[in-house]
Amino acid sequence: MLNREISLRRQMTDYFFTGLAATLSVVVVCTLIAIFAYLVLRGAGSLNWSFLTQTPKPVGETGGGMANALLGSVMILGIASLFGVPVGIGAGIYLAEYGRNRLGRLVRFTSDVLNGVPSIVIGLVAYGLVVIPQRHFSAFAGGVALAIMMVPTVARTTEEMLLLVPHAVREAAFGLGIPQWRTTISITLATARAGIITGVMLAFARVAGETAPLMFTAFGNQFWSFSANQPIAALPLQIFTYAITPYDDWHRQAWAGALMLVILIVGTTTLVRFVFMRRMLGGMR
Amino acid sequence: MGAAREPHTPEGPSTQQGFGAGTATHMPSPESSKVSVVNPTRDVPTWKRSIISLDSGFKALMVVAGFIVLGIVGLIVAELVQGSALAWQKFGIHFFFGSEWDPVSGGFGALPFVYGTVVSSLVALFIAVPLAVAVAVFVTEMCPRPLRKPISYATELLAAIPSVIYGLWAMFILVPILRVRVEPWLMKYFSWTGLFEGPAYGIGMLAAGVVLAIMIIPIISSITREVLLVVPQPQREAALALGATRWEMIRMAVLRNARAGIMGAVILGLGRGLGETMAVTMVIGNNPAIAKSLLAPGYTMASVIANEFNEATSDLHRSALIEIGLALFIVTIIVNILAGLMVWTVTRGTPARTNA
Amino acid sequence: MPTAVEVRDLKAWFGKTEALHGINMSVEARHATAVIGPSGCGKSTFIRCLNRMHETNPEATAEGRVKVGGKDIYEMPAVDVRRKVGMVFQKPNPFPTMTIYDNVAAGLKLNGTRNRRTLDEVVEHSLQQAALWDEVKDVLKKQSGASLSGGQQQRLCIARALAVSPEVMLMDEPASALDPISTAKIEDLIFELKQKLTIVIVTHNMQQASRVAEFTGFFLMGNLIEFDKTEKIFTNPSDKRTEDYITGRFG
Repeated sequence: MLNREISLRRQMTDYFFTGLAATLSVVVVCTLIAIFAYLVLRGAGSLNWSFLTQTPKPVGETGGGMANALLGSVMILGIASLFGVPVGIGAGIYLAEYGRNRLGRLVRFTSDVLNGVPSIVIGLVAYGLVVIPQRHFSAFAGGVALAIMMVPTVARTTEEMLLLVPHAVREAAFGLGIPQWRTTISITLATARAGIITGVMLAFARVAGETAPLMFTAFGNQFWSFSANQPIAALPLQIFTYAITPYDDWHRQAWAGALMLVILIVGTTTLVRFVFMRRMLGGMR
Repeated sequence: MGAAREPHTPEGPSTQQGFGAGTATHMPSPESSKVSVVNPTRDVPTWKRSIISLDSGFKALMVVAGFIVLGIVGLIVAELVQGSALAWQKFGIHFFFGSEWDPVSGGFGALPFVYGTVVSSLVALFIAVPLAVAVAVFVTEMCPRPLRKPISYATELLAAIPSVIYGLWAMFILVPILRVRVEPWLMKYFSWTGLFEGPAYGIGMLAAGVVLAIMIIPIISSITREVLLVVPQPQREAALALGATRWEMIRMAVLRNARAGIMGAVILGLGRGLGETMAVTMVIGNNPAIAKSLLAPGYTMASVIANEFNEATSDLHRSALIEIGLALFIVTIIVNILAGLMVWTVTRGTPARTNA
Repeated sequence: MPTAVEVRDLKAWFGKTEALHGINMSVEARHATAVIGPSGCGKSTFIRCLNRMHETNPEATAEGRVKVGGKDIYEMPAVDVRRKVGMVFQKPNPFPTMTIYDNVAAGLKLNGTRNRRTLDEVVEHSLQQAALWDEVKDVLKKQSGASLSGGQQQRLCIARALAVSPEVMLMDEPASALDPISTAKIEDLIFELKQKLTIVIVTHNMQQASRVAEFTGFFLMGNLIEFDKTEKIFTNPSDKRTEDYITGRFG
């Protein structure tokens, strides 16, 4: 029953689909390269010292920079971390150490739900929660919005990393008479430390690029602002604002800002993945 | 700690409630015989009591953190419902079926935005799914070992790029290419479908669909990859032993078994695409109209909120936008839950059995 | 009597480790040949070379000559080899998303057979040969392959392998994951099947070898120590190592 013709057709089909899969994969990788290439092409030239230290100039005048947006981003992220990281880690500890019951399942489920909420909806909520009572936009409101977004990511990673710590380690601590709370903090958490830091940094990198939730909270600002209680510029927001204007010079600066943002975010993510993951996984063995 | 240590029942992840020290072996003294087991702190030495309360205090703190998560979602629902109340009262369910969006006259119908969201997401899926699944299959089943990490890393890197940067790139690089090369070509050869009519602006539903596609490829691809890796090796061997070529083996033993999971990955990608704001806003054209052609400008639910909220002219306007936000919230949750279930059946338990 | 499988100087490697050190064996057609030996001796590696499954492992290589029905299997596409030489694995592995019918027909459909009636006939015949027909004939298209019991699943896998009419059937410890009753059924099956095909069966159960196979090969650390009629191997082995193994001194 050895039908050579059928064999050939099947062989051809095999080659075809292998080639198709390879080609499509190349397409995807090329798209990535295209994005990075243009970011560098269009933005590298404008990424200079004045860009990093000056505030925006009025429309029509060339030059100026995004220094205030950089500072703004840092401030907003700082406020976000202040709220988001402790709550996230706390929730993660709860889920890992105390959450093997129905309440825990509910919290885990809710955390996943929160993770999937579109960022613009979070912006709306932060608007209602903070901007309306305060009657003005502020860095604080922006921080709250981003904090809400950080919590699920941090909680998830913290839980995963804590669960990776072998039970034997905890038992060793109990055997020495160390109480539960001390064990969790000094032993379990410490063992999972690298992984948890990884999670926090990844959450950080994720929200650092968010624009939508800041639109109705931080609002943006063309000038320096050092107060948490006033509208403030942020890097992604500034990129957006410039991009949709008709001014070439602002477009140029948008590219520069975008390049900087990508370097920071992708740099953080890569660093975290390679350096920390390796070290942490090595330590777990 | 003293030498006299009572056996301490550890409160690890495997145990649930209950106070730790003393419950197991504590002997009730006469006056506390009625409540001995329930309230051990009364008969316990002071130094141990403070540890126990520290333990329960710590636990309480962690539980509070858990409740905060619940609280956040509760607040989200509350804010959205409260904010949209005005529009809901005025328009009811017809809000989502009306196609006139006119802030000036006060008539708000959200249909164009629902349409835009759905269509842009479908276009995105149409483009993204073949690409994402191809990459996943290629990396797990076909490609030479040294290429695996670079390709999957590159795909994941796409996920790290913020939405606004995709928008920037799409505005200035993708849109001109669409306007000058792709759309005229589509109009020339595919106008019979009725989907490619009208002037080639570059921006519009197609542009939004393409940039969305690039953004959801990583998530569909990485979940598909997970799901493919879960297929047991003996299944592949069974197919090969029957004389299947590698592609036939993949089709018969791998993709078939991973069907449900891949569906789940696709739906997860859909969920991600529904809520995308910035990149879409920058290239969709922001025109609240329902057009058959993919080359026409459109508007999505997320985009209209982003564009109009800060300049909302009236309370009703703002309320209408919040109601759109509420709808977006509900839809995204449902889609994500559905997707999660499908992926879970494949990666956790045995593959879904067919009994019909 | 013609030889079905002729193995000349077969060597196999996993990466740099040599797992088989030059095996020479002639397998008699339409008889059952057992391959025995302690864990790790290379018996599974050996039979996986006979249908070129060995090389599906990315680090694995093989050298030497293996002829099935007179043709060198390394000079034809691996896909064709596996049609002539079927395989049944240690743990049953039916396709869970396919019905019983589709499982058995899977190999046929791959080869291009589309005719409904042919498929029906072959499926029924294979299931009968595998002694599974009576148990599943009413639920052929209603139940999935994975819904059967362990012993039934293994017979399903045998039927699936039989459906493509192989000349040789390789069995890698087919009953080791099954209960004694199912094992007995499989052994009965082998008795029937060897009238029409050549069977090579790997087993760690020496009683099983003596029950079903006319010839037995004893492997140790990648070498074929002794190959002879089963009776001789178990009653009067020529090599001391063989004797030590079958008397239980090691293994």
